[in-house]
Amino acid sequence: MPSIIQVQDVSKAYRRDSFDIPVLNNISLEIPEGEFLALMGPSGSGKTTLLNLIAGIDRPNKGTIVVGGTNIASLNESHLAKWRSTHVGFVFQFYNLLPVLTAFENVELPLLLTSLSKKDRKQHVEAVLTVVGLKDRMNHYPKQLSGGQEQRVAIARAIATDPTILVADEPTGDLDKSSADEILTLLERLNKEFKKTIVMVTHDPRAAEKAHTIRHLDKGELK
Amino acid sequence: MKILKLVFKNALRHKLRSFLTILGIGIAVMAFGLLRTVVTAWYAGIEASAANRLITRQAVSFIFPLPYAYRDQIAKIPGVEIVTYMNWFQGVYIDKNQFFARMACDPETFFNVYPEFIVPPDQMETFKKERNSCVVGRDIAKQYNLKIGDVMPIEGDIYPGRWEFVVRAIYQPRDKTVDGTQMLFHWEYLNERMKQEMPIRAGDVGWYIVKISDPSKSAQISEQIDALFKNSRAETKTETERAFQQSFIAATSAIVTAMNVMSFVIIGIIMLVLGNTMIMAARERTREYAVFKTLGFSGGHLVGLIAGESFLISFFGGGLGLLMTFPLINMFEAFMPKGWFPIFNLEPITMILAGVSALSVGIVASLFPIQRALGTKIVDGLRHIG
Repeated sequence: MPSIIQVQDVSKAYRRDSFDIPVLNNISLEIPEGEFLALMGPSGSGKTTLLNLIAGIDRPNKGTIVVGGTNIASLNESHLAKWRSTHVGFVFQFYNLLPVLTAFENVELPLLLTSLSKKDRKQHVEAVLTVVGLKDRMNHYPKQLSGGQEQRVAIARAIATDPTILVADEPTGDLDKSSADEILTLLERLNKEFKKTIVMVTHDPRAAEKAHTIRHLDKGELK
Repeated sequence: MKILKLVFKNALRHKLRSFLTILGIGIAVMAFGLLRTVVTAWYAGIEASAANRLITRQAVSFIFPLPYAYRDQIAKIPGVEIVTYMNWFQGVYIDKNQFFARMACDPETFFNVYPEFIVPPDQMETFKKERNSCVVGRDIAKQYNLKIGDVMPIEGDIYPGRWEFVVRAIYQPRDKTVDGTQMLFHWEYLNERMKQEMPIRAGDVGWYIVKISDPSKSAQISEQIDALFKNSRAETKTETERAFQQSFIAATSAIVTAMNVMSFVIIGIIMLVLGNTMIMAARERTREYAVFKTLGFSGGHLVGLIAGESFLISFFGGGLGLLMTFPLINMFEAFMPKGWFPIFNLEPITMILAGVSALSVGIVASLFPIQRALGTKIVDGLRHIG
């Protein structure tokens, strides 16, 4: 399988007051298309930072990140935003659904940036809600859903635009065991049935077991 | 689902907070409207003044009279069409709190100089014939339930004694800028009694009103009038009606300035109320804005969301304020003695100013939250705990 994500010699440091705090040191990583990769490591090891860099919501201090043939480190903010809207699906630990929108409207949100008609958007939203098993709850607001259901809606939102990669930051971190299993099964299914490349950050060894590959980060270095 | 819908939903997310903010803006707009209306009422006399009318008064002070004999001399000046004259009578009607203008005038010329006071011809005829008759404004007739034939007893103060006037006419103001709260009676009636009781005050005129044919010659005619009486025992000062009215306002300019300043302070208060709400809302939604950016929404979208919400709240607040201003002004007018502000209307320009101010404040109040939302990095926003 060709690599869909190529991370080369990437370093990242955050500046806090007058101090530079190194987070990633010369990281290189290649992720083939259709991969389900789990990034593990202790808190502060740089897992989320690496995920954010791959997803184009943060920039490296050094090195290149190529996703789907695009060197995203070279894109300006507006191009990067556009790139994210079509190439990356995000799943967050705390779902990050908009509480004033229904499940349907939350999933429709990224589709508003496309040229799809209202009818087509409706079809897309219903299709992905069917995939996550929540079509019957599409008119419910987040507060009317359980944590597991909210995360499924978030996954539906992430895949609504059919992105190149799916990034998930501790997707089961806020869920009970049963809900976490549902989410992991869903991610596994997206990877197997829909051939989605998934990069997942997790602390949970049971979650990591679902991945094809597990990479460990420690003190900013990939093991 | 469109961004506009999201703007509406965000505006109503914290219903109580939005309601209180809208109410706060509404009350501020209402206070602004009332203050501007008072300021406008203060200037109503100036606005109602005519360009073709000059006022000739005693040069030392308005309170000193002029001789009646000046009338014919003024009338001879080229460019002068009509000369009429008045005396401030005042007196007490019912009690001292019932304030409205009560003045002696020349019935033959007054209504030719002031065509904005409209009197039905039959009533005018009777008024001119009966020396102890008077004309009252529509608003005064309504307030005191005065009808044709009623007697108005007035206790004189400037002109002591008990005076009785029979209402023979009720004038209608030509439009809403004309004072409908005056009472006018025959100068001759006043003068005759002065001849009998206080001869030294007989033949005194408070001021002359000179109607001229060409307003562009007002300065020249004014100079000519004043030159006529130079070095006399009662020198005159002639000026346009507008300048005359402005000299009254000048005496109270500090109050008017204070009210003007207050009305704009209120705009500042609106901005603080709304700004505070928007800053709180933007702070609470820092993570949501980061999610929007993550999903690929641009800065323009965030600007639309935040400014739209602020604009919407200010729109409802401004609308509510304007709606509340109408009854407040009516109530204020009802409780106020009629003569204090003869013309007390909510002017369209006040409504426009209040509305535009509220909406502008809506935009300005969103600037800081917008700057904050745009300036926050996605990764920092996602970490934010609101």
